[in-house]
Amino acid sequence: MTQNTQTQTAPTRPALAVNTQTTNVLLSGVGGQGVLLASYVLSQAAMAEGYDVKQSEVHGMSQRGGSVVSHLRFGAKVAAPIVTMGAADLLLSFEPLEALRYHHWLRPGGLLIYNALRVNPSTVAAGLATYPDEIDARIAEIWPNSRKVDATALAEQAGTAKAANMVLLGAISGRLPFADETWRKIIAEVVPPKTIDANMRAFDLGRDS
Amino acid sequence: MRELLSGNEAIARGAWEAGVRLAAAYPGTPSTEILQNMAEYKEIESQWSPNEKVATEVALGASIAGARSLAVMKHVGVNVAADPLFTASYTGVGGGFVLVTADDPAMHSSQNEQDNRNYARFAKIPMFEPSDSQEAKDLVRVAFEISEEFDTPVLFRTTTRISHSKSIVELGERVELPALTTLEKDVPKYTMLPGFAKLKHPKVEQRITDLKKRAETLPVNRIEMGDSAVGIIATGTVYQYAREAFPQASFLKLGMTYPLPRKMIEEFRSKVERLYVVEELDPFLEEQIYLMDVKLDGGKDLFSLCGELDPGAVARGLTAGGATGAEPTLLLPPPAEAAGLPQRPPTFCPGCSHRGVFTVLKKLRVFVSGDIGCYTLGALPPIGAMHTCVCMGASIGMAHGMSKVVDAQGDIKNRAVAVIGDSTFFHSGVTGLMDTIWNRGASVTIILDNRTTAMTGGQQNPGSGNTLDGEPASMVDLTKLVEALGVKRVARIDPYDLAQTERVIREELEAGEPSVIIATAPCVLEFKIKNDPWTIDENLCNGCKRCLRVGCIALNLVEEGEKTLVEIDPIQCNGCGVCAQMCNFDAILAPEPVKA
Repeated sequence: MTQNTQTQTAPTRPALAVNTQTTNVLLSGVGGQGVLLASYVLSQAAMAEGYDVKQSEVHGMSQRGGSVVSHLRFGAKVAAPIVTMGAADLLLSFEPLEALRYHHWLRPGGLLIYNALRVNPSTVAAGLATYPDEIDARIAEIWPNSRKVDATALAEQAGTAKAANMVLLGAISGRLPFADETWRKIIAEVVPPKTIDANMRAFDLGRDS
Repeated sequence: MRELLSGNEAIARGAWEAGVRLAAAYPGTPSTEILQNMAEYKEIESQWSPNEKVATEVALGASIAGARSLAVMKHVGVNVAADPLFTASYTGVGGGFVLVTADDPAMHSSQNEQDNRNYARFAKIPMFEPSDSQEAKDLVRVAFEISEEFDTPVLFRTTTRISHSKSIVELGERVELPALTTLEKDVPKYTMLPGFAKLKHPKVEQRITDLKKRAETLPVNRIEMGDSAVGIIATGTVYQYAREAFPQASFLKLGMTYPLPRKMIEEFRSKVERLYVVEELDPFLEEQIYLMDVKLDGGKDLFSLCGELDPGAVARGLTAGGATGAEPTLLLPPPAEAAGLPQRPPTFCPGCSHRGVFTVLKKLRVFVSGDIGCYTLGALPPIGAMHTCVCMGASIGMAHGMSKVVDAQGDIKNRAVAVIGDSTFFHSGVTGLMDTIWNRGASVTIILDNRTTAMTGGQQNPGSGNTLDGEPASMVDLTKLVEALGVKRVARIDPYDLAQTERVIREELEAGEPSVIIATAPCVLEFKIKNDPWTIDENLCNGCKRCLRVGCIALNLVEEGEKTLVEIDPIQCNGCGVCAQMCNFDAILAPEPVKA
């Protein structure tokens, strides 16, 4: 019995990480937004590009409108499946409040990309709490290296609001060392066949945003 | 062939490759996907059992019959299964028998964070812990070999970060084992009457002694020498965190964590200047090493007994204990988190059948003796109508105990009502209800029958009418079952009808005898039920917020000029109409019927 010790040769394209061999990506959002599917696409793309990959998520309570987080790490050889707080190179958030909630996972200088669409938590919907005012301004102040993408609007433009996660993947695609055809191949494999075109358009709109 | 697999997928694959013929489980996070993936392999008899004790007995039976078999559960499930497990330690096995326990440090989806490694020592059986998916797959095979070589059940322990993390796995082929056509009888081995059991206990003790020797040569335990300044003993996902935090250090990597290889540990001690044990939860390894009289430079004194670790925590903890060579970026203090953000707890889905029942229970102000399932979310605000939750099936016995000692004197808010889901009732609520009836109790039990095991993602249960692989099966009739237990008052309610639900609960509370109320309505998430959204008449809504008490995320408060109004999100709304029944102004309107 031996552990799989086959080492992978990583491509030479520059990864987002500058100081370490491993790229750390955190995805955050709300149950039902497609966070886990986006995370699946990222991990398959990294594997297809020849990297070692580890990905971690927490199921169970997440499906019912709760906060959802997924960790993705790739590089020549990855040990831990989770990103340490303060060490993420990239935070992709599917909702502004969930961007703010997890921004401190970013390393100094790390990049935050987030979807503009607000989703009220149950506590806000019930009138027990209030959604933070001026959330975009607060994000910009707390994490200047951030970019807002109106992914839901772009996804509607592409043909289905459900493809917002593909817009967001498009938006980060330029920051990750994966070939365009790798992204397209994986996306085509994971979305329902009838929606491939709309999802590809959504990915393009995100990439060009 | 290489695939990116979760630990759970890898365990299922490993069991298939090891020639497993039967697997049984009760769903529980983070273990559930193991059996769901197992069901994809047609060579394996895979089944959900009503609870973990039965699953363990089914797997043990298959083992005694000669087949390699697997029982799977979350950590607290082993408490339920402990009875057969501890005596299976005495009987030993026929075909290999492995019990998977999926622990949940940090309680991502659990009621406690017990460290089930203690069960290995308690039951005197060997234990394996994988540190990624490749090891999860490969160690299952080793676990079966050790089970047969030493005639013992084997505990296979994962944690959430193993079960729910994906990494790359090299797949292998299945070992084909001969078909079984006979049942061999061996009374002294398998019949644990005192006379036979007394003969077995010394063998159990000898087995541990023999396993200690085997642990020294098993390749899954190994010394990985790096810089000799720092030596780290670790297992599971924590091994990966420590590797990340101290890339140059030396490691004693343990794949088998009970019993431990004493000579290997002593050898490792002699090779490094400073020696540390890093582990989550209990000082399980540390205490055993302490008893070997091996000097450690740090262990649980550097880490919390509670919750999970991560690479940063390992780097900071061991550095505080004098270890050198930590990855510098992991020692940086993380940026502060944003303060004052509203929480986003999980909640009942829009259209969930539990919402109406809890809205009524809140109004009645009764004491709700709760249980484990989606409906436990009824304890959270704004609903906040559940007052206890301990373990699977506890609601009914606890309500009975409360009712026996409190004389409510007609005051409804001092009456206890048990609330339990269908799957949890089948799991271990039946015996609680039997107790209530037998011992002349008078408590009311509400069974929330949503036709599935919802919280873990919608698994079949004995009331579903089909099995894990989707085959049609006999269906438990809840009404007949509770009547057979001796319940004379059985009422049925439509949980979407608040007036009827309130009237029936009041009637049953006033009856002064044991009663069961069955609320049958299928889970909207599992059965993909989508109804047209309701709407708000802005002229009639005066912003009183009464509807918000139902705690539905389809409802939002919006500012309309001077007024604050409620708005319904048509994407989220599932048309259940529960909020409309809360409105005193008829401002929430049903969808127009579709014209033919």
